[in-house]
Amino acid sequence: MPKVHDELFRTLADPTRRALFERLCREGEQTVVALTNRAGVSQPAVSKHLAVLKQAGLVRDRREGRETRYSAQLGALAPLLDWTKQMTGFWHSRFDRLEDLLKRMDQ
Amino acid sequence: MNARATNEASAETRAVVVEREIPHSPEKLWRALTQPHLIEEWLMKNDFTPVVGHRFNLRGEWGGVLDCEVLAIEPNRTLSYTWDFAHDDAAFNLKSVVTFTLTPTRTGTHLRMEQSGFRPEQKQAFGGAKAGWQQFFAKLEQVLERAD
Repeated sequence: MPKVHDELFRTLADPTRRALFERLCREGEQTVVALTNRAGVSQPAVSKHLAVLKQAGLVRDRREGRETRYSAQLGALAPLLDWTKQMTGFWHSRFDRLEDLLKRMDQ
Repeated sequence: MNARATNEASAETRAVVVEREIPHSPEKLWRALTQPHLIEEWLMKNDFTPVVGHRFNLRGEWGGVLDCEVLAIEPNRTLSYTWDFAHDDAAFNLKSVVTFTLTPTRTGTHLRMEQSGFRPEQKQAFGGAKAGWQQFFAKLEQVLERAD
């Protein structure tokens, strides 16, 4: 398995870390303080988890004044997706368009 | 070591096959597959020319650009070209070959599309995702929703 897969799986294997990532996916950009309020662990622990998520490319941080805001990077999950499934859907939809075009070419 | 490397490489190579019965003649379908203004209507903007060795681009509505090269042409029968997507982040790259095969039937044409390829080695560390497949498929989902 490619190394990048290993890292993504290892990063998301921790339930607290996965919960943080899921919250960022669902609710958008947030500060460490906001995340800590509902994480059930200390702020240093949350910061540590966020650093691991950032290392794996799953979150991005942005300084705003004295606060750091974190957001999820959904694109980081793309290597886990099987491109063949994605392309199958793509070709089915394009063939629908192709058939529409062929009908119009009759006229 | 070598055996393992070979296995990993082959595991990365995959193929997609999509087939459809088209109630139109192979000649007409061939036009839709090979004339740039018609290709644009169902696939993407392009500068396709039906000449083996011709390099062209397919430009998606999502901003992505595919690098293509015509590999084989047999009018009304077979069309094959490369379908490569280069991305700053190696994990998103795709190298593939698309082959359309047209077979005449009593009612029209049997169209078979095979795309075979692989994602090259994913050695690079992640730098966060920019453009690419994620946007591509988000866009595709929007298109599909509108089609419903």
